[in-house]
Amino acid sequence: MRVLPVGPDALLVEVDSGDEAEALHAELLRRRAQGLLRVAEIVPAARTVLLDGLAEPDRAARELAAATVPSAVPRGGRTVELPVRYDGPDLADVAAHWGVREEEVARVHAATEFRVAFCGFAPGFGYLTGLPERCRVPRRATPRTAVPAGAVALAGPYTGVYPRSSPGGWQLIGTTDAVLWDHARVPAALLSPGTRVRFVPMDSAGRVGLPRQAGRVGA
Amino acid sequence: MSDRALVVVRAGALTTVQDEGRPGHAHLGVPRSGALDAPAAALANRLAGNPRGAAVLETTLDGCALRPRSAVTVAVTGAPCPVRLDGRPAAWGAPVRVPAGAVLEVGAAVRGIRAYVAVSGGVAVEPVLGSRSTDLLSGLGPAPLADGTVLPLGPPSDRHAHVDVAPQPGPAAELVLRVTLGPRDDWFTPEALRVLASRPYRVSSASNRIGLRTEGPALERSRPGELPSEGMVLGAVQVPPDGRPLVFLADHPTTGGYPVVAVVHAADLPAAAQAVPGTPVRFVPVRRRAVGVRRR
Repeated sequence: MRVLPVGPDALLVEVDSGDEAEALHAELLRRRAQGLLRVAEIVPAARTVLLDGLAEPDRAARELAAATVPSAVPRGGRTVELPVRYDGPDLADVAAHWGVREEEVARVHAATEFRVAFCGFAPGFGYLTGLPERCRVPRRATPRTAVPAGAVALAGPYTGVYPRSSPGGWQLIGTTDAVLWDHARVPAALLSPGTRVRFVPMDSAGRVGLPRQAGRVGA
Repeated sequence: MSDRALVVVRAGALTTVQDEGRPGHAHLGVPRSGALDAPAAALANRLAGNPRGAAVLETTLDGCALRPRSAVTVAVTGAPCPVRLDGRPAAWGAPVRVPAGAVLEVGAAVRGIRAYVAVSGGVAVEPVLGSRSTDLLSGLGPAPLADGTVLPLGPPSDRHAHVDVAPQPGPAAELVLRVTLGPRDDWFTPEALRVLASRPYRVSSASNRIGLRTEGPALERSRPGELPSEGMVLGAVQVPPDGRPLVFLADHPTTGGYPVVAVVHAADLPAAAQAVPGTPVRFVPVRRRAVGVRRR
C-alpha cells in the first residue's frame, strides 16, 4: 500500500489490485462511519482510494502508512437486477473478440455477478467488475458521438450502463430501460460503489427469459 | 402583490446559476461545481444581504441584463465591469437598489472574466443534490441562462449589508499558482519538473469551468501509457498527452486517467478563474507540510 500526498488535505492510497481497492474502500467507509476518519470525500477507483478534504491529513497519512490492506472484499451490499435486451450494435464484435457466438456473450454476461468497483465519467455511471480476464475487450477505435441512455457496454475489464446519452467509446452489447440516475429520486444513483449487479435478459417484447445458468439473487 | 422573479433580458455568452456547489458526491461521479471565484460570489451575497451560500449568477466576459419583477437589492462583484440601471451608471462592488421592472445591465468585463450578480433572496431554482449550481460537465442543475429565462427568487432576508462598498483584488497581470508536487510527479522526468517550476506558461483560450488549460513547454513523461482511472481533486494539475498542464476547476471530472503532476493551492484558484487567455502563468512549487507519508 502506498500513500501519496495530493495537495495539502488529500491523500491517494494505492494498492495492487481492484479487489484490494474494493476492500480498502469498504474499510475506509467503516472507519468513517465509526468516527475514526474525518474526511469529506472517499473516492474509490481502479487501484486507488482518494481521501479528499481530510480533517487531519498528517494523522491519516501516518495511520494509513502503518496499516495493512484488508484481505477480503466484503460480500455484503445491495443487489440490483437490471433487465436487459442483448441487442447492442457491437455484440458481433464482442463475440469475435471472445471467440464465441453472440448468444454466448449474452449468456456469460447474464450469468455473471458484477460489483460496482467505482463510479465516474458521469453521475451514476458505475464501473462493474466480475467478468473473467479472457472477456476483456478494447474500446472502439473511434468513439461514438452519441451513445443512447441505457446502453449496456463493455471496455477493458469493465461493464457499464450509460446513465444518459453521451459520447462514448465502449462496445455496446445491450439496452436496459432501468433509470440509472434520477436526481429527484433518493438515492439518485441506482448504482454506487459496492452494489452487486445482475443483468436479467428480456426478449424484444419485454418478457424476462433467464438463461439457464443464471439465477435470481435476493438482496 | 409579490412576484419574486428575475427576467433574463440578455443572457450573455455564458451565464450560469452558482452557489457553493455539491461536494460529497464524488464517489457517484458527481462533480463539485459551484462558483469559480468563490470569494467574489460570497462578497456579492454579503452586499445583497444574502447568506453566504445563496445562489448567484456567474457571467462570462460579456455580462448579462436582468429585469426583476419586484424591487430587489443587487450586487455585482468579481470581474470589474460597468453596471447600468435603466441606462444610468450604477455601482459595481456595492449594493444597488433595483425597482420592479427596471433593467440592470451588467456590462462586459473590463478586466478578468467572471462577474457575480447576487440578488436579494437569492436565485431559488430547484436544488439538485443540495445545490443550485449549473454543472457544465455532467449537466446537473439549471441550464445556462437564455434570453427570456425567468428565474424564481427566494424571500429576502431582513439582513442588510454592513458595508457600502468592498475592496476586491483585481485580476492579476500574472497568474502565480502555488503547487505541491504529486501524486504522480514520478511519472515525469526531472527535467519536466524543472520546466514546470521555471518556465512561463500562458492561459489558453480553450479554458472553461472544467479546467484552466495552458500553452507552453510540454512536460516530458518518464514512462508511457495511462494510469488506471483514479480520483481527482479540485486544483489537480493534470497532464494530457500533449504535455501542457491543465488545472482542474469546479466542474472537473471526479476520476481521470492522465497523471496529476501537482495540485494548485485552493487559495490561488479564484485568481485562475479570472485569468483571461494569454495571461502569463507561473507554477511555484512549495513544500507540503512534513507528513509521515511513505514514498517508494
